[in-house]
Order: sequence, then structure tokens, then C-alpha cells
Amino acid sequence: MHTRAYKLAVSIPPLLWVGVFLLIPYALMLLHSFWLVRDGILVHEWNLQNYAKLFSNRIYLEVLFRSIRIAASVTLLSLILGYPLAYYMSFQSGRRKELMYQLVIIPLWVSYLVRGYAWKTILGSEGVLNSFLQYFHITTEPVGFLLYSPFAVVLMLTHIYTPFVFLPLYASLEHIPRNLVEASHDLGASPRTTFFRVILPLSMPGLLAGATFAFLLSLGDFLAPILVGGPSSVMIANIVQNLFGSAYDWPLGAAISVCILLLTVSLLFLTERLEKRWSFT
Amino acid sequence: MIEPSPSSPANHATSEGTLEVRNLAKQFGRQHVLKDISLHVAGGEFLTLLGESGSGKTTLLRIIAGFEQPSIGEVWMGGSRLDLLPPYKRKVNTVFQNYALFPHLSVEENVAYGLRVTGTAAADIPGRVQDALGMVKMAEYAERRPAKLSGGQQQRVALARALVNRPQLLLLDEPLSALDANLRKQMQGELKSLQRELGITFLFVTHDQDEAMVLSDRIALLRNGELEQIASPREIYERPATVYAAEFIGQTNVIKAEIHGGRASCGALSWATELPDGAQLFSLRPESIRLASETRAKPGSVPFRASVVQQVFTGASELLELDCGGLLIRARIPTRGRITGEHEFSFLAGSAVPVNHTKAGS
Repeated sequence: MHTRAYKLAVSIPPLLWVGVFLLIPYALMLLHSFWLVRDGILVHEWNLQNYAKLFSNRIYLEVLFRSIRIAASVTLLSLILGYPLAYYMSFQSGRRKELMYQLVIIPLWVSYLVRGYAWKTILGSEGVLNSFLQYFHITTEPVGFLLYSPFAVVLMLTHIYTPFVFLPLYASLEHIPRNLVEASHDLGASPRTTFFRVILPLSMPGLLAGATFAFLLSLGDFLAPILVGGPSSVMIANIVQNLFGSAYDWPLGAAISVCILLLTVSLLFLTERLEKRWSFT
Repeated sequence: MIEPSPSSPANHATSEGTLEVRNLAKQFGRQHVLKDISLHVAGGEFLTLLGESGSGKTTLLRIIAGFEQPSIGEVWMGGSRLDLLPPYKRKVNTVFQNYALFPHLSVEENVAYGLRVTGTAAADIPGRVQDALGMVKMAEYAERRPAKLSGGQQQRVALARALVNRPQLLLLDEPLSALDANLRKQMQGELKSLQRELGITFLFVTHDQDEAMVLSDRIALLRNGELEQIASPREIYERPATVYAAEFIGQTNVIKAEIHGGRASCGALSWATELPDGAQLFSLRPESIRLASETRAKPGSVPFRASVVQQVFTGASELLELDCGGLLIRARIPTRGRITGEHEFSFLAGSAVPVNHTKAGS
């Protein structure tokens, strides 16, 4: 039995942490979203103008939808790349498993910024890809859409978040008892049928966790649009950053943040419910 | 032991379920797991692969199921080659050691799985699933998830799932090993009657010799990847081919005797034999030894005096350890209460069965 004093002593630090660094900031954000800025000064006057602006100004909604589109593309592409890799490694790679696992993990040790600049070097008009295309006379002029486009943002984010999709997927595939696969074959199911009826359903918790990671992290990303995105791929986090920075409209920035937070929390809630439905132990 | 009678309905089974393993060998790297195994299983027969862990019994089963490829040799079933087919094209189903039920499917869906994936008409599926679940008395649990079932119930579902496709051959990989003793006894009885009813060939893997004795028409005893003996439980018990077979199946005394002029002798024991002169091992089952005071002397009876070293009460019988002039012998006699000191015992000369370390001819 632990004493009351001991229990108190171990629970206070995490509670303090959550309070000071999470709850108070969230509360401040919520308060700010109901205030306003007049003549460059923040005034504590309760109103709903910020939310009204958000839903009446098409720019904000457009950017929000673009962000969701980009995040969804990144999620889909990461799954398309990550699932076959995780499947192959878990079921087929045999003794090379360890090595391959390390190869997938290594990019995670490289700074996000470095990888962003690397893509700039590859995709730019004087970049590796364009030089290659021109050298082999596939194109005569640099291809423009490669860099400073939503395409570049999706590419870069997919590169960054595929390991995040891979890891939970791989873990859930590794957890599937191999005799279930044998049982399926034994009962007359081809490898293809076995995949769709046994392996895919049992890997759903990992798939959902990975997809949630990729989607939410991409949705809130603001560096990729800055590094490789250009004006055509401004995302919602860039707007927030701008509002809290040079535009000095904290209340509007806070209102947008509250909306994104609600979106994120409801998505997390939903995937958690789904994950529970798909776990059977 | 349940005696198979040649006229039982099971033996109406056609040659469809006959299994033939020809000169099969399996190597994992440098390890020889199976060495030149050949065996023939008749349609409707209950054959048990019995052996210690590492004897190769599970590997043999997995090769027949199609989860492993043989290094050498062939497997035939009902006149066609089996080992070239992938597992999902074999008319063979397996009951797995840990049941391997699909955790994301209900009991009903687990049983229906084999029918769905093989393209059975949707209208026939519910009826056949109900029949299969009824057969193992699990109909009322159809909606449950496997995680909500006890070990014994999961076992029944696994059996129903394996039988619903109407296989010609059912493979069972230590299916009862996870159950407690009483449930195990009960399931043994049910398995045996189910097998008789359906007339399907059963190939059963176990390391438990009692289970093998109770269930099997024949037992194939495996040792280090080789077939030590294949025979009916009665024959393997009464006529063990080797010392190993004698010791593995039931308890026995292995007696090292010298034969000279038609008499075998070992210490104070001496009995008539027709074997030629020389050293010979004999297997003498503990229960063939009797207290002389409780049996009438018969022709061929071999009397000897021994002192009781230890007595263990096991319910219906007493297990005695006897010291017969330095030779320790175990005897099993009907329960009779405490017994100490020196007594006269006897056994029939014919119950001392000559055995060798290796199979005759190898």
C-alpha cells in the first residue's frame, strides 16, 4: 500500500504539467477567440465576430479545405506505400527483417528541415529532376509544377509521414498469429482471399492509427508549404501563424485554432471508437 | 481402449480418404527432421502419430496439410498426388493446436468461413453451419466471439469449422493438449464417436500415449524423425518392436537376459524360451507380475522371490518396486493393502517379450 503522501507526490508533477502547458493555454486560446483587436490593440470585449469572419470569408474555408485535401492525399499515399512494405516485411522478409526495419526507421533521425531542403534541391527548376529530364531531352524547359505547388507539399509530407504510417501497421501485422493465415489456407481460401478476409481486418487497428497520425500531422503542417509549397499551397497552419505574427490578429487566429482543435479531437474520438471495434483480444 | 470392429460403419468409407506417404524426408537446414517415412492410412481409419517433442510428428502433419514442403518423397490421397497442391486446394482440413479461430468473426462466421471462401451456394451455408455446430453441441453459441468462449468450447468450434467442408481427411494437431484432464477425457470420447459416425480418416498428433491408446485404430510411433513402429494399440503394447516402443507406451521392465540352451536367465529369474543362445533384452510389463499367493500356478509360470522396496497406491492398483537379488523390477498388482517384506511373485514366460534397441532389419 502506498501512503497518501506518496500518491500525492507522484501525481502532482504530471497534473501540474498538464495544467500549465495544456489546459491553461487551451483556456487562453478559447478566451482569445471571443475577444477582438481594435486599432492594433487587443480588447477584452466578448463577441462572435471572429467565428462569423471565419465562415463568411471564403479564403479561410478554401484554405481549410485545401489543407484537408492535402492531408487526405498524404494519408492515402502513405498507406499505399506503407502497407505493402509493412506486409512484405512482416510476412515475407525472413532474416532480412531487422535490416529492413532499420532502413525504414533511419529517415526519422534526419531533421525535418534537412529533408525539406533536399526536396527543394530535387524539385527546383535547376534541380536534380529537371536537369535529368532536360539532359535526356524528355523536356526542353524546366518543368514548373514540380516545386512550389500542392504536388510538392504532398510529396514532401508523404516522404516524412510514411514511416509514421508504417510503424503501427507493421506492429499490428506482426501481432497476427500465423496459424490464422494457415487456418484460412487450410479452409480453402487463396492467399488473396486470406488477405482480404483475415489479414486486412486484423490489421485495421494499425491502419487506423497510422492513417490518423499521417492525417493530423499533415493537416497542421506549416513548414512544407513554406519550404516547397509556394502561394498556391498555403495551408491553414500558415494562416494561423500569420495571424499570430505579422497580421497581429490573435482573436481570429485563436478562432481558427479552436475550429482545427475541434476537428482533430472529433477525428481522434472517431478513430478510437473504430479501433476498439476492430480489436478482439 | 475402444476396439475397432471391422464391420463398424466407419469402414464403409471409400478409398477417397486413403493417405499414402512415400519415402518422405524433410530437412530444415542441416537438421533432418524426418527421415524416409512411408506409411499407408486406410479410408476411415483413426491413425495417431505419437512421439516426443522433436520426433517430427507435427512436421509430418504440416507436410500433409501443405504448410511445409517435403525435401524428398511424395504424399498421395485417394489416388492423386497431394504434395504438389497448395494447402487451399487440398481436401484436407486441420484442427490446430491452439484452435486458430478467427478472432474478428463470430462462432457462426468462423464455421461458415470454409464454405464462403470455396464458393458454396449462399443458400446452403446457414443449414450446413447449423449442422456442424449441432454436431459439436455449440449451436447456442453461434453469435459469440471466440474470445468469449472457454478452451473446450473453442475446441468444439475448431472441430466444427474443420468438418464443415466435409474433408476426406482430418488432421488434428494435439487438439486436446490445452484442456484439463476431465474435459480431455470427455472430448476424447466425443472425437472417437464423431469419427466413427462420419467415417472420415483422422490423422491425430499427440505426445500423450494414453490418448493415443484410447483413440486410435493404429498408432505410428515416431522417434527422431523415423517410424519406430506402426501397429494397433494392442499389438504395439503386447509386441513392442523396440525397447523405446516398450518404454514409451505404458510402463515396462527391460530385463537383460542371457540365453543358454533354451533358457533365459537374469539373476534369480529364469524361464524357458525358444530363442537362440546369446544376450537378449526382454520387456516385462509390471501388470504381468502377480503375487504367487493370489494366483494359481499355471504351466509356464515363472516364480521368483523378491522383497518389496516401495509401494505406491494408484487407486485401482498398487505399484510395487521389487528387489529380486539386486535386480529392481516394477510390478502392478490389484489393490490389496499394505505389503512389506519378502514374498513369492510370478509371471508367465510368454509375457516376457524379446525386444531390441533398433528395429529388426535396420
